[in-house]
Amino acid sequence: MSTQPQRPRRPRTRKSQRAVFIAVAVCVLGTAVILALSALEDTVVFFYSPSDVAARGAPVGEEARIGGLVVEGSITKEGAATVFTVTDLQHSVTIAYAGILPDLFREGQGIVAEGTFAPSGRFEASRVLAKHDESYMPPEVADALKASGQWQEGGT
Amino acid sequence: MIPEIGHFVLVLALAVAVVQTALGLYGPVLADARLMYMASRAAGLQAMLLALAFAALTYAFVTSDFSVTNVYENSHSAKPMLYKVSGVWGNHEGSMLLWILILAVFGAGVAAFGTNLPDTLKARVLGVQGMIGAVFTLFVVTASNPFIRLDPAPINGTDLNPLLQDPGLAFHPPFLYGGYVGLSVAFSFAAAALIEGRVDAAWARWVRPWALVAWASLTVGIALGSWWAYYELGWGGYWFWDPVENASLMPWLAATALLHSAIVVERRGALKAWTVLLAILAFSLSLLGTFLVRSGVLTSVHAFAVDPERGLFILAILVFFIGGALALYAWRAPSLKLGGVFAPVSRESALVVNNLFLTAATAAVLIGTLYPLVLEGVTGEKISVGPPFFNATFVPLVIPLLLLVPFGPMLAWKRADAMATAQRLYAAAIAAFAVGLVALFVVDGAPILAAVGLAIGVWLIAGAAVDLAERARLGRIPLAQSLRRLNGLPRAAWGTAVAHAGVGVLVLGVIGVTAGAQERVALMAVGDSLEIGPYEVVLDAVTAQPGANYQADRGIFTLRRGGAALAQLTPEKRFYPVARMPTTEAAIRTTIVDDVYIVLGDLQTDTTSDGAQQWIVRAYHNPLQPLVWVGCIVMVLGGLLSLSDRRLRVGAPVRRRANRVPASTAAEVTP
Repeated sequence: MSTQPQRPRRPRTRKSQRAVFIAVAVCVLGTAVILALSALEDTVVFFYSPSDVAARGAPVGEEARIGGLVVEGSITKEGAATVFTVTDLQHSVTIAYAGILPDLFREGQGIVAEGTFAPSGRFEASRVLAKHDESYMPPEVADALKASGQWQEGGT
Repeated sequence: MIPEIGHFVLVLALAVAVVQTALGLYGPVLADARLMYMASRAAGLQAMLLALAFAALTYAFVTSDFSVTNVYENSHSAKPMLYKVSGVWGNHEGSMLLWILILAVFGAGVAAFGTNLPDTLKARVLGVQGMIGAVFTLFVVTASNPFIRLDPAPINGTDLNPLLQDPGLAFHPPFLYGGYVGLSVAFSFAAAALIEGRVDAAWARWVRPWALVAWASLTVGIALGSWWAYYELGWGGYWFWDPVENASLMPWLAATALLHSAIVVERRGALKAWTVLLAILAFSLSLLGTFLVRSGVLTSVHAFAVDPERGLFILAILVFFIGGALALYAWRAPSLKLGGVFAPVSRESALVVNNLFLTAATAAVLIGTLYPLVLEGVTGEKISVGPPFFNATFVPLVIPLLLLVPFGPMLAWKRADAMATAQRLYAAAIAAFAVGLVALFVVDGAPILAAVGLAIGVWLIAGAAVDLAERARLGRIPLAQSLRRLNGLPRAAWGTAVAHAGVGVLVLGVIGVTAGAQERVALMAVGDSLEIGPYEVVLDAVTAQPGANYQADRGIFTLRRGGAALAQLTPEKRFYPVARMPTTEAAIRTTIVDDVYIVLGDLQTDTTSDGAQQWIVRAYHNPLQPLVWVGCIVMVLGGLLSLSDRRLRVGAPVRRRANRVPASTAAEVTP
């Protein structure tokens, strides 16, 4: 408590209080929305199916996500890196990933990789997502398979 | 037989919930005390019936009754007992049963402890609570029934997902649901108040303990989930800004805002309409969280197999409750009496600012979480929104909030002196600056932002200490007297200080990990060593290690620092034959200032000329990581302290009665 009674700078009426409240609220929420919208422009990562890459070309250097089924027999090692191919059963993309693959990574499994395309067209993944559940199919991969006409309902 | 009984009482519980809704909502209209009393009894009965149903399902799991589909799909006779029990809620059907059980227990809690509530308000709260229960029980009975039989019964089950066979995750869902569902009480109170057309200080005093319980439970639930992800997924991180994580963070942020705004309603009778809206939003976000997790509409690292039809059902429930409550709000909120005025610099304003930033942060998380869904719906383009988005939005919104936290509890109600408060906080400011400077100059190459972050953490902790010291007039009156004052402080004041200090500890941990974490991946043969942070890790051996229901390869590593062996670390790579699933068990050595974290990866055979076996090893050094968990625990302790305050305690009839009479007239009297 201050001992000197302060002269209020503005009349403390309910109307002015509400005006201040609304003004501050608009400022803060406005900042949040502006921040969110500008961040969305820069930070959003697009998903590509192997067919998208074949049709539109690889977006070299741009942060991207790739999804598909791991091709049987395509997994090889290059030092600490694992190189494998994913497919939507129409086209395929080669992915290199240096690190420990998720527990459920295996041939035939639907996976999503995050990373960038190298100029060579190979996808350098920084993270590979395979799900906790063996009967789970990432929605993007399921849609990519549906788009390529290879989806079998009920099959995983 | 037991599962049939469970099924039967589940349907009975649905009937009772419907009756409770009707009695609770219609009883006050007829002003019939007997009907309203019946609503209370119905709430108790509903909780008992659901507890029986839950016990029946638990029995089926414990006795490995594989004639029940749910047990067959999620259990195995060789599983340890703890995971047989936690398997009950480790799957969709069982977790929804737990959800409605907790909901009913909260309803019964309102009925049992709310003896001081006005009859009509209590009946309406139970009516709304009963409606939520009825709708979700209907969902469980029709779309996600855990008691469905399987004929013929299989010999053995398909096992619970091995990743879920973990003590951290065994207790994560009950706490998380305690938080999600606990917010339903605040929601029911808000809806009941809107129907009544009255919100007063007493209302806030009844809502706050429930909101506090929910908040504390949610905090524990999120922390446990994050801890599980940290040590079980083997990625070395504890928070991935994943949609499922965001789904639990949003109600937490809203509940935090609600806790604070309810204080203003309780003490000053202001912000009524806003607090009611927050109560509705907090539970709406909980429902949204349940929907996001259970429907599988978003790609998430935590995604489990899901069923889209159930998603639609939950979406319909979501639209019904959120839409209904917001419509009720739009209709009735203007009739709420306005509260007292306050100056731009005052405790009230500080709490308003807290609420604004928390809601803005919630909005940012909401946009980031739902934008991919909206964009895909509109343009068909698939995108993901990751950590960079949240770093660019959530962080700048939270920093000003954190800077203002120490001011809040020190400002006077109604009108405060900003300069005087700032002067009293100079000690905290000096401590914060000192730590920031030390971090900048002593730690090599510490980024400026990290130094600022550490300073903010210290500012919060020191600010909380200054708040307590000021209340005890430490240094201005004799020490013994100060200590007596400190001892006599209301528990709520202690709760505030402890919780705010907990936020500070959490901030220190988050900054330490974000700025200082080191990750190394290497191919290691036996005898090789790897440097990580100030440590050195040597691979001594890899052995085969049989477990209860798995086989494991165990890496034996020695952790050294400056030549001295500190500890043996034994990460494992496990394989669960029944579920045909491998898992990684990271080995973590934790001190209070850092974690060393080792994951054993795949075996690389014969890649070197001498044919030695090599393993991929991933090692992390995470400075201050333990403070993340300590901070959460301290925050929860603060919440519990506040909960134990006399004013909020359930059996404090003297205060209650004293408040009850003026409370009913307060709404008219308050200018």
